[in-house]
Amino acid sequence: MSGFFKKLMHGFSQDSDPVTNYEGSKGVGLRIENLNKSFEDNHVLRDISLDIQAGETFSIIGPSGTGKSVLLKHIVKLITPDSGKIYIDGQDIFAEDVDKKPKGYRYSMVFQTSALFNSLSVGENVGLWLREKRVCPENRIRRIIREKLRLVGLEGKEELMISELSGGMKKRVAIARSLAMNPDLILYDEPTAELDPVTSDELARVIMDLKKELQLTTIIVSHDLNFALYLSDRVAMIDPEGIVEVGTPDQIKASENPVVRKFIYTTTKGIKGED
Amino acid sequence: MIEALGRNILNLTQTAGEMVKLFGQTVLYFKEAPRNLPSIFRQTAEIGIGTLPVASVLALFVGMVLALQTGSELALYGSQEAIGAIVGLSMVKELGPVMTCLLVAGRVGSSMAAEVGAMQVYEEIDALKTLEISPIRYLAMPRLLACLFAVPALVIFSMLIGIAGGAFISDINPVINVPYNVYYENMIRAIGYLDIVKGIIKATVFGGIVAHVGCYVGFKTRGGARGIGQSTTRAVVMSFLMILVADYFLSRLMM
Repeated sequence: MSGFFKKLMHGFSQDSDPVTNYEGSKGVGLRIENLNKSFEDNHVLRDISLDIQAGETFSIIGPSGTGKSVLLKHIVKLITPDSGKIYIDGQDIFAEDVDKKPKGYRYSMVFQTSALFNSLSVGENVGLWLREKRVCPENRIRRIIREKLRLVGLEGKEELMISELSGGMKKRVAIARSLAMNPDLILYDEPTAELDPVTSDELARVIMDLKKELQLTTIIVSHDLNFALYLSDRVAMIDPEGIVEVGTPDQIKASENPVVRKFIYTTTKGIKGED
Repeated sequence: MIEALGRNILNLTQTAGEMVKLFGQTVLYFKEAPRNLPSIFRQTAEIGIGTLPVASVLALFVGMVLALQTGSELALYGSQEAIGAIVGLSMVKELGPVMTCLLVAGRVGSSMAAEVGAMQVYEEIDALKTLEISPIRYLAMPRLLACLFAVPALVIFSMLIGIAGGAFISDINPVINVPYNVYYENMIRAIGYLDIVKGIIKATVFGGIVAHVGCYVGFKTRGGARGIGQSTTRAVVMSFLMILVADYFLSRLMM
């Protein structure tokens, strides 16, 4: 009888067989070909083409309003393109034929606003996907939640409510929630937005540690140049006309492209003390 | 002007189509309700227990006013003994379901639209999608089911309170002066089981309208705090209109 009431409290399907495969992250390659997207008269993405290697940490930088977040939302299929293709390990994610769509890969996104569910605790937020997808029994879910919170430096904070967290902690919970899926591809939308420099630095360290520990492919969208250069294997610069330059952080820093030079100059002039 | 009219007609048909589609999708997820039992219970409690005090006060005074005004008129013709039947039938067939559901629309429908709307604006619904969790299953289905359970229960309670309020006034008002036993005898003679079933059917349909409109408007919310405020108002206005229109057609169908 007590088991029945327990099931009433937690939902009837918690102990049933897993319906979702829960293997470790493996990293996937991503290719974007001539992606275009307009919102009415506003042509946001113009012929965007990128090639991102499996396991790579890739940043997309550029001024606000150049479609960086829109590009990410295409990759996680929240938006469909007007034209162009996105391939995961060579398979088109928007293919009409289900057989041609990529299978067996998991992706997750850390939103600019963190997008945590305020009515749930930290632990419930992190374990949401695991419970909804009935990935494993409840005791294992609790272990996974503890483990993912440890990875982002929030061990033992399961019971806190979202309203009790600072901006930086919210970002880290959002990362832990994404990691709970064991994603092969993780996307960060402006991870340092609204964070002070110290918290941004802590967050950068968390992402660096994850990069070392896990094999996942990481895409970061940011207008924080230093953050992107510090973390990334390669960086792409985007402006309203499309992709301006792609290269390693050193190549970007040494770029002679006037758009890149201007972006670097305007984002670092306060540090350099130039006019 | 013709262009504006055409645009409004297109918007209306688009809204109707989207609402029917969302309703169909929500109903299809009913089979997965056991996975969302905690959420369904929480919503049912919030709707039922949370609305109960206000619904009781509303039903009590509606019953009292109905008895006072009708009873006084009937007394002019010496027919005040029919007051029990009139209040009872009014509460069971019309006032109980309609008044209570308008109250639920104002209290619960607006809150649903605001909650789902805020989740839409602050990217929580996008986050659900990236977690491969259907927002319709996670948000709309539990709310619709909760309303389908809680609102009829609330309406039955309101009917009883309203009838009791009418009996109280009929007994103590010197002009009406109908004792409790006469009031209830007349009422029981007038109300058939079918009348109660019809009232409950209305309550179930109206409850469904409140939840469905609240979720639909919430999902369609755009913009920041202003958009959430507009959605709240829109949900209440749409629910009110749809309840009143549905009331006419249901009454006609069940005559």
